[in-house]
Amino acid sequence: MTRDYIRERQQRTGWLLVAPALVLLLLVYAFPILRAFWLSFFTENLSTNLEPVFSGLDNYAQLVQDGRFWQSMRNTAVFTVLTLIFELGLGLIIALSLDQAFRGRGLVRTVAILPWALPTALIALAWRWIFNTEFGVWNDILLRLQLIASPVNWLGDPFWAMVAVIAADVWKTTSFVAILLLAGLQSISQDLYEAHALDGASPWQSFRQITLPLIAPQIVIAMLFRFAQSFGIFDLIQVMTGGGPGGATEMVSIYIYAAVMRYLDFGYGAALVTVTFLVLVAIVGLTWLYLARLRAKTE
Amino acid sequence: MTTVPQTTSPPAQTGDRSFPWMRVLLWLAIAFTVIFSLAPVLWQVLTSFKTNAAITQTPVVYLPGLDQLTFSHYLDLFRLNQFHIYMFNSALVAIVSTVLCLALGSPAAYALARLRIPGEQILLAIVLVVTLFPYILLFLGLLEVVRAFGLANNYLALIIPYTAINLPLTILVMRSFFQQLPRDLEDSARVDGYNTVQMLWRIVLPMTLPALVTTGILAFIFAWNEYLFALTFMSREGMKTIPVAAAQLGGTTLFDVPYGPLAAATVVGTLPLVLLVLFFQRRIVQGLTSGSVKG
Amino acid sequence: MAKLELQNLTKAYSRDIVPVKKLNLAVEDNEFLTLVGPSGCGKSTILRLIAGLDQPTEGRVMIGDRDVSPLPPGDRNIAMVFQSYALYPHMTVRDNVASGLKMRHLPAGDIQKRVQEVSGVLGLDPLLDRKPAKLSGGQRQRVALARALVRNPDVFLLDEPLSNLDALLREQVRADLKQIFEDQKSPIVYVTHDQTEAMTLSTKVAVLSEGHLQQLGHPHDIYKTPANRFVASFIGSPQMNLFPLSRSGNDVALGDFRLPLPGGVQAASVILGIRPEHLRLPQEGDAHIVSGNVFLVENLGMHDLVSLKVQGDPSLTLRALISADASWSKENLKLALPPESIHWFDGETEQRLK
Repeated sequence: MTRDYIRERQQRTGWLLVAPALVLLLLVYAFPILRAFWLSFFTENLSTNLEPVFSGLDNYAQLVQDGRFWQSMRNTAVFTVLTLIFELGLGLIIALSLDQAFRGRGLVRTVAILPWALPTALIALAWRWIFNTEFGVWNDILLRLQLIASPVNWLGDPFWAMVAVIAADVWKTTSFVAILLLAGLQSISQDLYEAHALDGASPWQSFRQITLPLIAPQIVIAMLFRFAQSFGIFDLIQVMTGGGPGGATEMVSIYIYAAVMRYLDFGYGAALVTVTFLVLVAIVGLTWLYLARLRAKTE
Repeated sequence: MTTVPQTTSPPAQTGDRSFPWMRVLLWLAIAFTVIFSLAPVLWQVLTSFKTNAAITQTPVVYLPGLDQLTFSHYLDLFRLNQFHIYMFNSALVAIVSTVLCLALGSPAAYALARLRIPGEQILLAIVLVVTLFPYILLFLGLLEVVRAFGLANNYLALIIPYTAINLPLTILVMRSFFQQLPRDLEDSARVDGYNTVQMLWRIVLPMTLPALVTTGILAFIFAWNEYLFALTFMSREGMKTIPVAAAQLGGTTLFDVPYGPLAAATVVGTLPLVLLVLFFQRRIVQGLTSGSVKG
Repeated sequence: MAKLELQNLTKAYSRDIVPVKKLNLAVEDNEFLTLVGPSGCGKSTILRLIAGLDQPTEGRVMIGDRDVSPLPPGDRNIAMVFQSYALYPHMTVRDNVASGLKMRHLPAGDIQKRVQEVSGVLGLDPLLDRKPAKLSGGQRQRVALARALVRNPDVFLLDEPLSNLDALLREQVRADLKQIFEDQKSPIVYVTHDQTEAMTLSTKVAVLSEGHLQQLGHPHDIYKTPANRFVASFIGSPQMNLFPLSRSGNDVALGDFRLPLPGGVQAASVILGIRPEHLRLPQEGDAHIVSGNVFLVENLGMHDLVSLKVQGDPSLTLRALISADASWSKENLKLALPPESIHWFDGETEQRLK
């Protein structure tokens, strides 16, 4: 056999084209994760004058007993699960209505993707202002509707602060879910609905039997993306509550940031990063396996 | 919600049968969507134009009189807080990283779409997985890189990570675009005598412009909005970007929270993005969906 | 002007996927070769190998005395018309046509002159400053042709250039193509799955199946003496009737009817072939006559395509083209098989029996 020069030339060019991007990806994604893994076996904080000193699994031993870490994990879990549920529900409603034909649809679509595009840190400022106890518009509305008797200290109360950050995050990211679901809806042929209607199906039945199964892939993908982002939420919380009051909204990311930037405990911060990374990978991996199995079963 | 095609069926549903539930539900959902999406933003806009007295008046003023309106918060922002500098920083970092990202990402996307390089599937898997990494997992390692190279308070400290975090999306969107391009065009160019680089530059690139615009808008939005790296790597006042500077406005004074300037800062920082969305709504949607769904 | 020669050409993507197998072919100046076969027979791959878009696994592509196998497409001096036309959407018609010449750094004056000539021949003058998106399908097709003609290449390659046109236009353009390429000296290789194009355009047809060359010859010969069962069934419309039969002595039985084998046939089983257009209503002196009941009549305008079940074996369906003016009965229709129109193939090898 002669050598396939064309193919070889193509592959050489291909690697040349890919290499710069790949190097940058490795530098910015792979290096930090591997570096954190390595550093997590060292103590590097003020007690060691910020010099790394090998300490084996000390950081992990500390982590297991660190109530603040587990609290932040619990907070993250609550935040992630609740935001995902609300985003999916609201996103589906918005996507379904944007899929219909009505006058001014283009404008409504533009409006609907707006929250997604705006900077989270600035949006957090806006929500902090809305939830202001004294002058906030949300308290004012509730008071006028006589749903509450006196102003609620939204961001100062552990329970309501969590509610507030969840509300703000749902507002910010529902449009992303809606965009993805809308793309799924629009790929469904109108013929299917018409055929189903001729069979005598009600709109609710065709929603259950046609719409939902056919946009299942988009739902999975949207949820996957949203899960990862929600799990690592930083800017919204940092600006809105800073993790307060009393750690009630402190997510893992806030704790990691504090460990590194405030307590200058790099070794422990690295252990936190490593564990968070592994938890994220495990959840995504297990979900993926479960879905793959589910699919294999139904086919 | 309704799944019946509204364009074809409303007469049957509204005319001879009972109350048009579907239509009413639809309009309720649309009204909800609009109010839900706009109200918080509009409230911030209104606040930014109210005088301090009107802002701190209870019950809340919804329709301020002329004497309760002012432009001073915006003036303060630029006079006292030098927001033009932050705007410039944000714009510079976002634009440079976007251009870099397109320059690095599109060739890689082309190679992954067309050139059948060995390990292509692995590369794609890496690109996909990497989009799921929260930035918080990267900042510790990047902080070390920034320190090692002395890049703190240097635009590169943001440009490099922003370019990288936008690469996966760029590669996925551009790849799905290249896959849709008819292959014959490239073959035809080869027969005409173009070499690979000439072909990419003179035949493929001109056809790619729309996709580059789409991807570029997305990359710009991400870069403009990023907070964590900007907060960590830029400590000097003159190097800060809009989101960080705005968020820190409130923290400077302990008792007298500057609600007005804060609102104005939010408006100033979001305005460029609102304009982008207004003009490029369709492209943004198209880019987001092709990047995450088909990838 | 030069001769194109494929020597032992093989393309294998993997052990099992071998679209082209040891192909030997030569196309001389003034020859128009059509590669025809069902989809997946490797004909497009052959074209890509000649163009240099793919590299052969084995064998060589010669243009004139030059082995062009190691050369990239741009250095082979070939021109190719693509099925999708592959017009550069961002360039005007003029730039599209001139593109290949510009890449060869011809003086601007020469380029302009040649573009003018070709556009005159193809009637593109009023379209020269338009972009492809503003052209109709037929116009795009002509631009694609112009881009090839303007190059004066050593070899022309055309990959199903008519398949994107609607039926009416296709016939028109087919006639135009024939005229245009009759004036060209260089060898032409034309790929199609449409046998009408193959028969009308070419001086030489290569019938391909599963990567193998089944038959190479003048269109007339291929129709008249198909080399094997595949060619027999692929060329000709409606399809040839083909019946695998086992012999008894020097005869074979077609239902209730016995037909003598030609002399010297050794094969244990044979395949009898006869084209529907060669079956006719019996006249005096016809030796071989079969009959059966008609179960389907399809009106093709000038002819009726009649399907009948051969008497004695209802699993055998015989189709015949009968002039629409003729009168006949559906019950027990008799048809004559003129001996000179019967094709015999070996039942085992499926090759033509001499």
